[in-house]
Amino acid sequence: MNEHMTTADFEPYTTADGRRIGGVMMDLRNITLRFGGVTAIKDISFDIREGEIRAIIGPNGAGKSSMLNVISGFYVPQEGEVWFRGKRRPALRPYQVARLGIARTFQNIALFDGMTVLDNIMTGRLTMMKSGLVSQALWWGPAQREEIEHREKVERIIDFLEIQNLRKTPVGRLPYGLKKRVELARALAAEPSLLLLDEPMAGMNVEEKEDMSRFILDVNDEFGTTIALIEHDMGVVMDLSDRVVVMDYGRKIGDGTPSEVRNNQAVIDAYLGVAHD
Amino acid sequence: MEQLLYASEIVVNGLMTGVMYALVALGFVLIYKASGVFNYAQGVMALFAAMTLVGIQQGQVPFAHLINALTGTHVSHFGWNVPAVLAIALTAVVMVLLAIAIQKLVLQHLVGQEPIILFMATIGLAYFLEGLGDVMWGADVKTLDVGLPQGISDAAEALTARLTGYGFFIDRLDIWAAVIATALVAALVAFSQYTKQGRAMRAVADDHQAALSVGISLRFIWIMVWSIAGFVALVAGIMWGTKSGVQFSLSLIALKALPVLMLGGFTSIPGAIVGGLIIGVGEKLFEYFVGPMIGGATETWFAYVLALGFLVFRPQGLFGERIIERV
Repeated sequence: MNEHMTTADFEPYTTADGRRIGGVMMDLRNITLRFGGVTAIKDISFDIREGEIRAIIGPNGAGKSSMLNVISGFYVPQEGEVWFRGKRRPALRPYQVARLGIARTFQNIALFDGMTVLDNIMTGRLTMMKSGLVSQALWWGPAQREEIEHREKVERIIDFLEIQNLRKTPVGRLPYGLKKRVELARALAAEPSLLLLDEPMAGMNVEEKEDMSRFILDVNDEFGTTIALIEHDMGVVMDLSDRVVVMDYGRKIGDGTPSEVRNNQAVIDAYLGVAHD
Repeated sequence: MEQLLYASEIVVNGLMTGVMYALVALGFVLIYKASGVFNYAQGVMALFAAMTLVGIQQGQVPFAHLINALTGTHVSHFGWNVPAVLAIALTAVVMVLLAIAIQKLVLQHLVGQEPIILFMATIGLAYFLEGLGDVMWGADVKTLDVGLPQGISDAAEALTARLTGYGFFIDRLDIWAAVIATALVAALVAFSQYTKQGRAMRAVADDHQAALSVGISLRFIWIMVWSIAGFVALVAGIMWGTKSGVQFSLSLIALKALPVLMLGGFTSIPGAIVGGLIIGVGEKLFEYFVGPMIGGATETWFAYVLALGFLVFRPQGLFGERIIERV
């Protein structure tokens, strides 16, 4: 069932719209994840290549979010290996994974509701702040310069995601679609090399979905950020992604370009044929 | 006129007492803000810190009774006295070690549990610490003296006498407590608002998952917060211990912090200060004006009745965050 990898798969290439896809950045090998007696992920292997948009799709309960949680360190698989940038990654805690340059968003939005939009996004840069405790508290010399530097980077992201007018708004007051956007902004503030998006468009209307799709493409294009995303809307997935992994009941049932996946009989049976109408 | 001046003296003294309440309340707010846990053990931590300070200062052998009982020796003191400043520094180190132990032995195993579970754990912690303090340093009443001035302040009396013709009675210890508490609060506010660690602390308080996803280590933040709370407990322990001796009743001042928190709100550092001041002044004035009419001793219950009123009409306190939820 697993597609056989040929060496050609690892050759860098340029997409039709001119983006460069490099070598393998993240390689998941034979991942198995169990919760007590329930096997959420069963022996799944796939890779994510430098610069690509990689989608993970599948019916509800297929194990997509669990997969993302394995990549971001929130879950530690019982079996299998996670390889990142050519090295085997030991079992890390989520905050350590974040410091490797892997940022993420959550299906159920995890923002700091009590803070403003700006403060939320600034937290994305916390681990990059270097100046000392005392100079920060006194807002003195190097700390001040550093703060301004970080603030400039954050302002760029705010402009990029078109949320300039929301800077001082407490996040708890924002509507759902904008919260999703702020969460993306916070993830981007960390300048990640790999960005994980868990259903970035769930619960959005058509217009919001179009905006979010544009942002995802722009992030990938302008910052060269590699993106792995989970999404339900098939149309969106097929338009956005370079390659798609299809999961069902914790197993991988398909892997390839959107057109390959669309014509894969196992995928049609398990997902497209059943889930739609 | 005479009455008014006397009332103002009461207000000033009330403010000073209020600062002492605020000191204890501050410890609660810090931990509540950062981890959503109401730390029942905060008062006992103040007692434990004060006992440890006295013990180190006087060169007591820790666990002396236990050692003597097990080995038949008669050790009690090392025979040296540690200078106050060094002893305070060493006690602060002990409080950090305690914070690490609490994180490793208690909190780490309760990640993701309901707040009520964590609250119950802190009740257990309170009893454990109380016992540990007794076993380590003995259960006798101790006097604490780190060189803070005590007794009536002549300067304050002379000043007020010149200004108003009536000399106020103000304890010098209270003045020092006010100064130290103000400095402590300023430092804490600067820390939590402007430093990276302070921001991380607020982030952890808000959402654990989100904090992890931006690279914040929950373990580090919790140890840090409990260390700071331990340090605040140490300061409160020094003040209260100097005032009324180091003994079990010291841990009960934590109860007075409860109405302070209900007034100020559990999540606000300025709230803890203002709440403490209101309670301090309120109970002194109430005792002075209303006390004689209803038989006195109102200071023991006034704060709680006031807190009850707040619970009914403004449950989030004066400064507490109103919980915003979209439905």
